[in-house]
Amino acid sequence: MNAIFSKLTMYMQYPFVRYALVVGVLIAFCSSLFGVMLVLRRFSFIGDGLSHVAFGAMAIATVLKVTSNMLLALIITVVCAILLLRTGQNTKIKGDATLAMLSVGALAIGYLLMNLFSNSSNLSGDVCTILFGSVSILTLTQTEVWLCVVLSVVVVSIFVLFYNKIFAVTFDENFAQATGTKVELYNLLIGIIVAVIVVLAMNLVGSLLVSALVIFPPLSAMRIFKSFKGVTICSAALSVFCALIGMLVSILGGTPVGSTIVAVDIAAFVLACIIGKVLRRWCA
Amino acid sequence: MAQLVCQNLSIGYDGKAILNDLSFSVNAGDYLCILGENGSGKSTLMKTILGLQSPINGKVMTGDGLRPNEIGYLPQQTMVQKDFPASVREVVISGCHGRCGFRPFYSRKEKELADKMMEKMGVGHLSKCCYRELSGGQQQRVLLARALCATQKILLLDEPFAGLDPKVTGQLYELIDELNHRDGITIIMISHDINIALEHASHILHIGKNVFYGTKEEYVERGAWHMLVGSGGGKE
Ligand SMILES: Nc1ncnc2c1ncn2[C@@H]1O[C@H](COP(=O)(O)OP(=O)(O)OP(=O)(O)O)[C@@H](O)[C@H]1O
Ligand SMILES: [Mg+2]
Repeated sequence: MNAIFSKLTMYMQYPFVRYALVVGVLIAFCSSLFGVMLVLRRFSFIGDGLSHVAFGAMAIATVLKVTSNMLLALIITVVCAILLLRTGQNTKIKGDATLAMLSVGALAIGYLLMNLFSNSSNLSGDVCTILFGSVSILTLTQTEVWLCVVLSVVVVSIFVLFYNKIFAVTFDENFAQATGTKVELYNLLIGIIVAVIVVLAMNLVGSLLVSALVIFPPLSAMRIFKSFKGVTICSAALSVFCALIGMLVSILGGTPVGSTIVAVDIAAFVLACIIGKVLRRWCA
Repeated sequence: MAQLVCQNLSIGYDGKAILNDLSFSVNAGDYLCILGENGSGKSTLMKTILGLQSPINGKVMTGDGLRPNEIGYLPQQTMVQKDFPASVREVVISGCHGRCGFRPFYSRKEKELADKMMEKMGVGHLSKCCYRELSGGQQQRVLLARALCATQKILLLDEPFAGLDPKVTGQLYELIDELNHRDGITIIMISHDINIALEHASHILHIGKNVFYGTKEEYVERGAWHMLVGSGGGKE
């Protein structure tokens, strides 16, 4: 125990480890807040699709040697999110197909571009990094950390300010619209924020595992709690907790950050299922 | 001007009209009952009035100072996700969000209103329960409480009595009467029970092959044979 502790303190002295922890916690927090709503609206897939778009954008940024590839990815992903939500609002199936097309297309084009134009010696390593985010969180620059902090603050304050609207629009879109809420406006806002979160989360767990970060904590929380507020709070707390544990384990054990966090999330989900079952039996 | 005017309205889906050339107007304080067979387009008409779908032709106008956020609505079916975690109280108070505008949180007055409406609909004791675990009738009452939270001027109800027991149905009719008479809230209600509709409503809109719009008295005068014979005679 003591050995683990001293090892941790040793690691904490490196600024990049501290950056990684801060950014990881923030991203886990944001993604789980909006994850509740995404899961409930059957939007889980949008996280996947957008993250592939972000992968394509990252690839383009790498090829073009843009210095801040996070910013470029952010812009492209937000634009895609807006386009997707505008076309896919009324005709659900069409929107779904568009999303799938975009997601697979971006993945293919992104890899192709990297293959053709990258003169990096370790191409598969680069791709793997983007897909699974294995080391990129440990290579964050200070600017990226600040960008992440600012964006997280914006995302969380929007969530708090629009919490009631988000509930109304998610629970019953028709009623919300019939009683004078600008549903389209909120859908747009939600789309933009989701895009921002996806790009942020990609740094942590990589493009393939973003959905896990968005989906697991809300699903676990929904096993135990029955009110929207309860689920939201529980999911945020759970997500932060799992992200912290996952990152510490990965630092100590040298495992890849993204996969470790997701593994902890899965464990929490199983635990939540059991707790939910027990609670139900007790209450009944 | 009337609170709600429908002018040469044609409604339907995907450019195919179900109902053509519908014109009527609803004044503040009216109690309009919409009658018609299954599939005649009652719900579609209501959705068009609410702006949930656009009319194929003609227009819906609101007047008399009626703003879109002053409408209460009870849908025929609410397709709520089976696994949606929401307590009864959260659902009911979400009816108030229209009146908030851009204010992010509910005021004390709105919280009290939600509590009052829950009591009124007899679901006060369920306020902490999970909405999706209620019975169909209980869910209906919760949604009615939500609609009552939303409205100050006009209430649109799509078959509000589906799934309610006789006692609650009676109470609900009284409640709607009270809202209509005492608070002056305009009621537009879809119903299948002609007798009760005739007892409570002031105006009748009968849609189907023949369209009738007029006061209850006019409907009684010409409505009976009009419906039985099923041809001609109805005034627009
Ligand atoms: N989403 C839809 N897309 C296409 N057609 C539809 C849709 N919903 C309803 N319809 C059609 O429109 C017609 C009118 O439907 P509507 O729901 O308005 O009937 P209604 O009068 O409310 O019937 P009920 O008494 O059963 O509630 C029906 O023939 C139905 O087949
Ligand atoms: Mg109907």
